[in-house]
Amino acid sequence: MKAITWHGKHDVRCDTVDDPEILNPRDAIIRITSTAICGSDLHLYDGYIPAMKPGDVLGHEFMGEVVEIGGRSTLKVGQRVVVPFPIACGSCFHCGKHQYSACENANPADKQDMGREAYGEPMSGIFGYSHLTGGYSGGQAEYVRVPFSDFGPLVIPDDSIPDEKVLFLSDILPTGWMAAENCEIEPGDTVAVWGCGPVGLFAVQSAFLMGAERVIAIDHYPHRLELARGFGAETINFEESKVYEALWDMTGGIGPDASIDCVGMESHGAFADNVIDQIKASTFLGTDRPHVIRQAIMATRKGGRISMPGVYGGFADKFPIGALMEKGLTLRTGQTHVHRYTRPLYTAIAEGKIDSTFLISHRLPLHQGPVGYKNFKEQQDSWTKVVLKPGMAAAA
Amino acid sequence: MPEPQPQQFQHRQQQPNGHDDAPATSSKHLKADRSLFAESVTIQRSPGDLYAFWRDPLNLLAVMENVQSIVPIDKDRSTWTVKGPGGSHYTWVSRITHDVPGEELTWQSEPGGEVENSGRVQFLDAGRRGCVVRVTTAYDPPGGVVGRTLAKIMQREPRIQTRRDLHRLKQLMETGEIATSARNRREFAEREGDDK
Repeated sequence: MKAITWHGKHDVRCDTVDDPEILNPRDAIIRITSTAICGSDLHLYDGYIPAMKPGDVLGHEFMGEVVEIGGRSTLKVGQRVVVPFPIACGSCFHCGKHQYSACENANPADKQDMGREAYGEPMSGIFGYSHLTGGYSGGQAEYVRVPFSDFGPLVIPDDSIPDEKVLFLSDILPTGWMAAENCEIEPGDTVAVWGCGPVGLFAVQSAFLMGAERVIAIDHYPHRLELARGFGAETINFEESKVYEALWDMTGGIGPDASIDCVGMESHGAFADNVIDQIKASTFLGTDRPHVIRQAIMATRKGGRISMPGVYGGFADKFPIGALMEKGLTLRTGQTHVHRYTRPLYTAIAEGKIDSTFLISHRLPLHQGPVGYKNFKEQQDSWTKVVLKPGMAAAA
Repeated sequence: MPEPQPQQFQHRQQQPNGHDDAPATSSKHLKADRSLFAESVTIQRSPGDLYAFWRDPLNLLAVMENVQSIVPIDKDRSTWTVKGPGGSHYTWVSRITHDVPGEELTWQSEPGGEVENSGRVQFLDAGRRGCVVRVTTAYDPPGGVVGRTLAKIMQREPRIQTRRDLHRLKQLMETGEIATSARNRREFAEREGDDK
């Protein structure tokens, strides 16, 4: 089959690789109909996530048709499914607490040592996201093997709903939703959202749906800020305005009640701390560039809440732990417990309460995946979301 | 603020010699040349189920990746052959020295084996969380500290293996299968091969 594979920093290719097969009773094989490139795939593309091996198949946002099932799968051949990006067994202690991205059974035993060293405990399995999260082949391919298929995939019963309306249930829509949920928004709240990529834009929508009175969206790409404005957010362009000062003034000298860092470890901008962090990251003196979370901690009001869906992978330098403590802030974070949200968010989509298709700027055949990565990385203003479609004819 | 509830605080007896409550295997005072470790895992199954599983060598072979064979000699004794670094193998006869059904087993290698070892596996009732399976092992590493370091690099070190074995046991008992990220049978076989 054809698959998008990782070969090193800024080197992804469309290779021919062996097809997946059923290996365990709860497996299913899915023929991919739509798969997206995620902002977090760019962390792999940029070489920020360790434990990638040349030839690894990328992709954790995908959906398709069931073509083969193991003996204990409850799916049926021919069903249309969206697959959550974290792999969860549904029966361990953490799954019992609905903390699906902390599932203890999805990461193979021999892959758990690295996570234990890096984080004190191994992470769960994630499709196409390094050997730290299991080394599973991802879904930017014609076919994918899905473990625990009796638990994870959401069957889309209504064939009249197109892929593009439900594809983002695999990751970014639940991630934006959980990001807002982690802020414990109260009526009248002002919520600041750093980063107007797909997760940030969904977080803007979700914050309003949860009762925020005002949302202030921060980015430097005019088109992305315009999309946020489309949902009623006020905007700050950090290349034109001083973010902390603007937030302070726009909230009457209180600060936002809640802040959401939808940027993570690769923040943009020529801020002194960020430039130093870039030098450190490129010389291995540090790993993450935590400009946004620093600024969020400084800007959020005393006793406020911070949600951090943005991905960080290693260590942060000059983390304002004093401000976090002295201001009595609450910080919540984590990989999204996607399985919690797929059904209710599917209903919200089917009822027209949430729109997710506005994001998609480009649709490409699978084999043009490398072009998609390059442009998603280098032209972030206009390439807001890339969907790859195996079988689609190449554009002229 | 929640209303404080009336509470009976239970006084905990002091440990002998004024030690803390941490397991002895976590002690900073263990000698560096002594290989003693404990690994635990919590599994959503009853102690009875897990004890019964553990008592059958064929079951253990399914989760213990580095064990090549377990050949029963009689009710309490069996010959174990495990894989070592670089394609080497080690063999010994293991004897069950204490057997409390549903609770614990202890074992001791018979003299003359290639790796002297002894240990205990406990099946501790963890209430709604299921059962804590705790393995304590003491062994005399072949090749001493150098041999153990080599084994660690080659991922054949008993502690690493025990931790993985317990997680495979957990996966099998909780999900009915052992997780693999291989894409297909060829890749699965290759990874197994890497390991031998």
